[in-house]
Amino acid sequence: MTLEELVKVIDATVVTGHEKLTAKIRGVYVSDLLSDVIGHAQEGQVWLTIQTHTNVVAVALLLNLAAIIFTAGATPDGETVTKAQNEGIVLLTTALSTYETAGRLYRNQQ
Amino acid sequence: MSQPRVLLEIPVEGNNFTTAGEAASRVKRTLQKLGIDSALIRRVSIATYEAEMNIVIHAEYGKIVLQVDAGGVTVLAEDRGKGIPDLNQAMTAGFSTASDRARAMGFGAGMGLPNIKKCTDQLEIDTQVNVGTKVVMKFTYPTTS
Ligand SMILES: Nc1ncnc2c1ncn2[C@@H]1O[C@H](COP(=O)(O)OP(=O)(O)O)[C@@H](O)[C@H]1O
Ligand SMILES: [Mg+2]
Repeated sequence: MTLEELVKVIDATVVTGHEKLTAKIRGVYVSDLLSDVIGHAQEGQVWLTIQTHTNVVAVALLLNLAAIIFTAGATPDGETVTKAQNEGIVLLTTALSTYETAGRLYRNQQ
Repeated sequence: MSQPRVLLEIPVEGNNFTTAGEAASRVKRTLQKLGIDSALIRRVSIATYEAEMNIVIHAEYGKIVLQVDAGGVTVLAEDRGKGIPDLNQAMTAGFSTASDRARAMGFGAGMGLPNIKKCTDQLEIDTQVNVGTKVVMKFTYPTTS
């Protein structure tokens, strides 16, 4: 599915990267451990996390992730938003729990 | 083999989590400009990120140096800091002495050195307690047939 479709599926708010929502996602990775993400997440995936500090943008950039999705009502720090804007990283937020978010994405995958 | 060329030398500040990851990003961008194989860039990016984060989390200050030669890419991560008393223990997946603050941010899973090991073709670590640590990571270009 595209990021645009994903936004509807998980009732997300687009924080940065409005211009990049036509991109197709290539999967989902769920983790709050940065070393786990950097070692295993793959290019084009969206990343579900509750970590909101600036370093998540560095990880998304290094791996060419399609978006970072902050779940369970987590909201990115101001610095994180600025950095994501500068680097062209898509940030989304959702009030849904990580479980519910992952579940909806799993159900809607094709 | 041709003389190694130093392409980047980037200072890294201990405990500065705001800029952490920028050295790895610059290394990645530089390699992309050289048109290097993307799977190799991924390995270099992961290893460099982990080595940079280790300076930020565990050392006082240091630097990341990117070098290329005819055979491949070398990234050096060198720091002044507390050093590693037991390297075998440090290489064990899950072992970490990271602070509570670092752990709360999702660091300190004890997977950094194992990630580096997995991504490099050759890895050398020189460390001295209360002096510092030098990590030399070598990546060989894929052979073209
Ligand atoms: N540059 C360094 N200086 C001092 N200690 C280090 C350094 N790099 C690694 N270490 C030690 O090795 C341990 C394991 O490192 P690593 O596998 O990267 O896990 P983590 O960084 O998550 O703790 C660290 O917790 C620390 O004790
Ligand atoms: Mg580490």
